[in-house]
Amino acid sequence: MTSTALSRIFAALADPTRRDMVARLSAGDATVNQLAEPYQLTLQAIYKHLKVLEDAGVVSRPPGPQPRPVRLEAEVFDLMDKWIERYRRQAEERYRRLDAVLARMNDEAGNGSPEQKGSAA
Amino acid sequence: MNTIAETTIEADPKVPVIRMSRDFNATPEQLFRAHTDPELFAQWVGPSGMQTRVVEWDARTGGSWRYVSTRDGQEFGFRGCFHEVRPDRIVQTFTWEGQPDGVALGTLWFEDLGNGRTRLRTQSLSDSFEDRDAWLASGMKVGVDEGYAKLEEMIAHGNV
Repeated sequence: MTSTALSRIFAALADPTRRDMVARLSAGDATVNQLAEPYQLTLQAIYKHLKVLEDAGVVSRPPGPQPRPVRLEAEVFDLMDKWIERYRRQAEERYRRLDAVLARMNDEAGNGSPEQKGSAA
Repeated sequence: MNTIAETTIEADPKVPVIRMSRDFNATPEQLFRAHTDPELFAQWVGPSGMQTRVVEWDARTGGSWRYVSTRDGQEFGFRGCFHEVRPDRIVQTFTWEGQPDGVALGTLWFEDLGNGRTRLRTQSLSDSFEDRDAWLASGMKVGVDEGYAKLEEMIAHGNV
């Protein structure tokens, strides 16, 4: 995935209405009319939001009989989950290094006089 | 006492926030020191594979900080302010100098669990979902997989 594609996804998901639409689509496909229901927006405005999501590859409207349902592209959401999991793992690695630092602090606090063995200082 | 549950994370769907939680075999005072003493902080902040050099560090309410992480001659600067520093809570801003318009607001809580254990909770609020998601995705670019090497090194040196 190129960074342009990524920024398009970020931009598409930056809007609260679009995020909400995506959250609702994660429960299942919906028609444009169903999607529009909870919002005080014109259908044109809804189509505009959908276009941004489609262009970013977040949703698609597979060809077929009308009304065509809007579908979430699972791949994009796997990607999101992956980002979150990697971020979490990175934090976990950081905190394991912090564990080590804390253990050293404990040792130093435990030994009133730290050992000088092998120290050239 | 040695088994510690891994870090938990939550990316809030309604506000551009990342929340994390992790328990430590340490007192709140020790955890606080590891976050405010620049020498200790530089030893663990990472990311792995990078050397961190603390350039500026005044961990007091109203103070500021700046550090530079280096890998293969490439430098990444980070800076911010310590909005409030107290034993149970630190509030600070966080900016990657490569994207100076993006400022995240971080809050850290040190919760005493008793028996020499402490829960660290963190919350990072970005100024847009775009920024928040870019932070989340940045883990991919930094190259996380080399991660455990540094820990193994520390174990090998008897530091764990």
